[in-house]
Amino acid sequence: MTGAHPEHLAHHFDTAEQQFESGKLGMWIFLATEILLFGGLFCAYAVYRSIHPEIFVYAHRFLDKALGAINTAVLICSSFTMAWAVRCAQLGRQRALVRLLVATIALAACFLGIKYIEYQHKWKEGLLWGKYFRAKLEQPAGPPTARPTPAPTPAFNPDERSLIPPAAEGPGGLAKRGPEPLLASSPGPPKDVQVFFAVYFTMTGLHGIHVIAGMIVLALMLVRATKGEFGPTYFTPVDLAGLYWHLVDLIWIFLFPLLYLIR
Amino acid sequence: MANIDTTTDAGGRGAGQNALGGDNYLTHGRGLKSWLFTLDHKRIGLMYLVVILSSFLLGGIFAMLIRTKLLSPGNSALMDANTYNQMFTLHGAVMIFLFIIPGIPAALGNFVLPLLLGAKDVAFPRINLLSFYLWVTGALIALGSIVTGAVDTGWTFYTPYSTTTNTNVIAMVAGVFVLGFSSIFTGLNFVVSIHKLRPQGMTWFRMPLFLWGIYGTAILQIMATPVLGITLLLLIAERALGIGIFDPALGGDPILFQHFFWFYSHPAVYIMILPAMGIISELVSVFSRKHIFGYTFIAYSSIAIAVLSFLVWGHHMFVSGQSLLAGMIFSFLTFMVAIPSAVKVFNWLATMYKGSIWLATPMLYVLSFLFLFGIGGLTGLFLGALAVNVHLHDTYFVVAHFHYVMFGGTVIAFLGGLHYWWPKMFGRMYNELWGRVGALLVFVGFNTTFFTQFVMGSQGAPRRSYHYVSQFQPYHVLSTIGAYTLAIGLVIVAVNLAHSLFRGRPAPANPWGGATLEWQTSSPPPHDNFPTTPVAGDPYDVEAWTYDGRIGGFVKKAPAGQPAAS
Amino acid sequence: MSEGKHDAQRGVAATPVGHVVPFKVLAAVWGTLLAFTALTVAVAGVDLGRFNLEIALAIATLKASFVLLYFMHMRYDRPMNAIVFITALLFFMLFVSLALLDSHAYAPDLIPGYAPALPQ
Repeated sequence: MTGAHPEHLAHHFDTAEQQFESGKLGMWIFLATEILLFGGLFCAYAVYRSIHPEIFVYAHRFLDKALGAINTAVLICSSFTMAWAVRCAQLGRQRALVRLLVATIALAACFLGIKYIEYQHKWKEGLLWGKYFRAKLEQPAGPPTARPTPAPTPAFNPDERSLIPPAAEGPGGLAKRGPEPLLASSPGPPKDVQVFFAVYFTMTGLHGIHVIAGMIVLALMLVRATKGEFGPTYFTPVDLAGLYWHLVDLIWIFLFPLLYLIR
Repeated sequence: MANIDTTTDAGGRGAGQNALGGDNYLTHGRGLKSWLFTLDHKRIGLMYLVVILSSFLLGGIFAMLIRTKLLSPGNSALMDANTYNQMFTLHGAVMIFLFIIPGIPAALGNFVLPLLLGAKDVAFPRINLLSFYLWVTGALIALGSIVTGAVDTGWTFYTPYSTTTNTNVIAMVAGVFVLGFSSIFTGLNFVVSIHKLRPQGMTWFRMPLFLWGIYGTAILQIMATPVLGITLLLLIAERALGIGIFDPALGGDPILFQHFFWFYSHPAVYIMILPAMGIISELVSVFSRKHIFGYTFIAYSSIAIAVLSFLVWGHHMFVSGQSLLAGMIFSFLTFMVAIPSAVKVFNWLATMYKGSIWLATPMLYVLSFLFLFGIGGLTGLFLGALAVNVHLHDTYFVVAHFHYVMFGGTVIAFLGGLHYWWPKMFGRMYNELWGRVGALLVFVGFNTTFFTQFVMGSQGAPRRSYHYVSQFQPYHVLSTIGAYTLAIGLVIVAVNLAHSLFRGRPAPANPWGGATLEWQTSSPPPHDNFPTTPVAGDPYDVEAWTYDGRIGGFVKKAPAGQPAAS
Repeated sequence: MSEGKHDAQRGVAATPVGHVVPFKVLAAVWGTLLAFTALTVAVAGVDLGRFNLEIALAIATLKASFVLLYFMHMRYDRPMNAIVFITALLFFMLFVSLALLDSHAYAPDLIPGYAPALPQ
């Protein structure tokens, strides 16, 4: 290419538009991979909730709906400030861009703060996943149904690689347990409540990791924005960072009703 | 031997043919840093080639150790039973995640894709370099697990064993997770490149078929790999944090792990074969000296395979506790997915029909592919039939099937493509006689090794088994003899190619008479790929090229009525 | 309209790429999203029988569409970007539906209580 060559145009692209559109397409493809990544967790949610709805209905009461709703609003506002920031970058309004990026990061931090409060509460109450679940759930009046005591486990050969001892009585996992008890006259907390929290913590935990990663990316954009690197001819990084950020919001838009608002 | 003028100036006989003596991508910029921080897709492709072939060697060593042990049915001084479990796990994991999945796209695709598009580079060169370093990082983490407690779960990491064994599953799985991102970013790069960097005149249906194959592969890399990512993350969470999602004692479901795992791992095998099929499409036309037959069908079949491959994962789970309903659905869909592959095979055969077959080394690999992939694909149908699967699951029949498709398919095509593009990549011709000897030995050795396993498996010999009943010993011995033959063949191939780097005759721009764009620049290409942007034409118009003995390569025929072009 | 500093310094003519979403649109979408969030919380307090999940998901999908179309520009972009996203959603739905189908089909056949002993 001869003549004035825009600084930001890479040598293998012919026009700035081609480069810009390539960047956008690349980012949408990356977002598609994130959909599939979270998709696995949504699948686990779907399978466990559909087989054992009683666990989900019971356990979701331990989540604070108000905090969840506030967090949803916080992320929606952060999406708004982000989209607005991209607009300012496109129009060359550098000061506004910087302020809006700061606002987005601040809202993200707010989200994480509220999440921290929620996690801390769960930790205190022992409402954790899998093998760490140690919450005291209210028991029904009257003698509790006796869980059959496990048969004593015979000694096993320590040279074996596996740590699985021979089978003994235990919970049934995904097995259906006889006729479903009506929720109103439920005799007490369902078995395996920890399954809900396994799903809750993996989904919100992975989401939280993505929020942190997003904050880092936005901080990098902020640094570049303060140096005046973005304008009407070159704002692609802000646009792409924005797309990522909106995805983080999108995922929470689904997490909120699925985890907090179960009936 | 024809003399080739190795100058790169325009005009003059042989000009622009070979660039070894002058400025090419290998000499453009010197020193270690110019390689480690390169953004040139050709150099990145070369670095990938080196590490991927090294992984093939490592995986092959594990294979030879396994086959050597299996000469005897009982205990062996070579290794004990637990070590044997580690051996086949590492053989599988290294071959699959370090070699064959990155394989053709990273090592050959990276080099050739921009050239096929007449472009200067891929869409995102920095992400390309990132992909490479992610590969290296993932490989180091995964291989680190070998020294800290090599995994013995089989490459499939089934729960509950993988969540309870006291070998270092987390390191291996973390390494594979990182490797997955390398794969995703490669796919992302290729999709955007094909969408955005096609030149004027190269519509979707005037693209070389190798690009259709790469495009289908990229769809799989993008859509399937993240599910593997989340599966591995959950596995790590199970081991490290006791999440309980796959543990029945904590309310979880181990079959869910298998659904998660195979949702990626079945499309993964199509990640392995689609680029290979793309290579075959290129080679079969060039070495039959004939336009490819059924271009549109082959192109659409690549997309059909990519989409259908997502619908069949349950055929790995017929006997694992999956419901019969799901089993029937998956079995039916498995039969469907064979159809587009068959479409390709028939079109390749039709291309060869009444062509002028040139039995150069790459063509020998094409013929091997057609035979071996044919067997591999058909035996997949046996396994896809529910009732038959009950007998054949977890036997050597399965082992033979997937080696026929993965090795007999992908690796054979990889070797064919390597021999095809070798002159372009390095500016050197290899010795043709030894190339053919290598190809023949590989074919004979491979069949000896693995056809025996079909027979063994149909008689019930279980796979992944250190001990076996003595009735199978003759088969195992024959299979091991085949393995050693195969190894010798591969050594011959390697030595032949390596030798060419030092003593091979300088290659012309178009040694094979291909009509795709990479043959319209010097061998090796310059840093920017093309001295002038080439004009895209019909990528299979091989009859427009004629052999010129003076340069030992092909030149474009002059239009009728004019003297031959120089 | 000020150009990016670097371009202005180099004297290169600014040719903007990409569509700029009007502020009014952004603000309207923001308001709509907050309103729908309030709606979904309110609706969760009412028992709608067997449609609870579907209605919650429908509202969430509506919210998501606004984010996608306006904040993420999908309405103004090339269709390929939308095709990529929708393809991912289709594969996701395929995965979930077959996994659900299978787990429902085998769940009644599992043997309750037959599991490795609880870890100590």
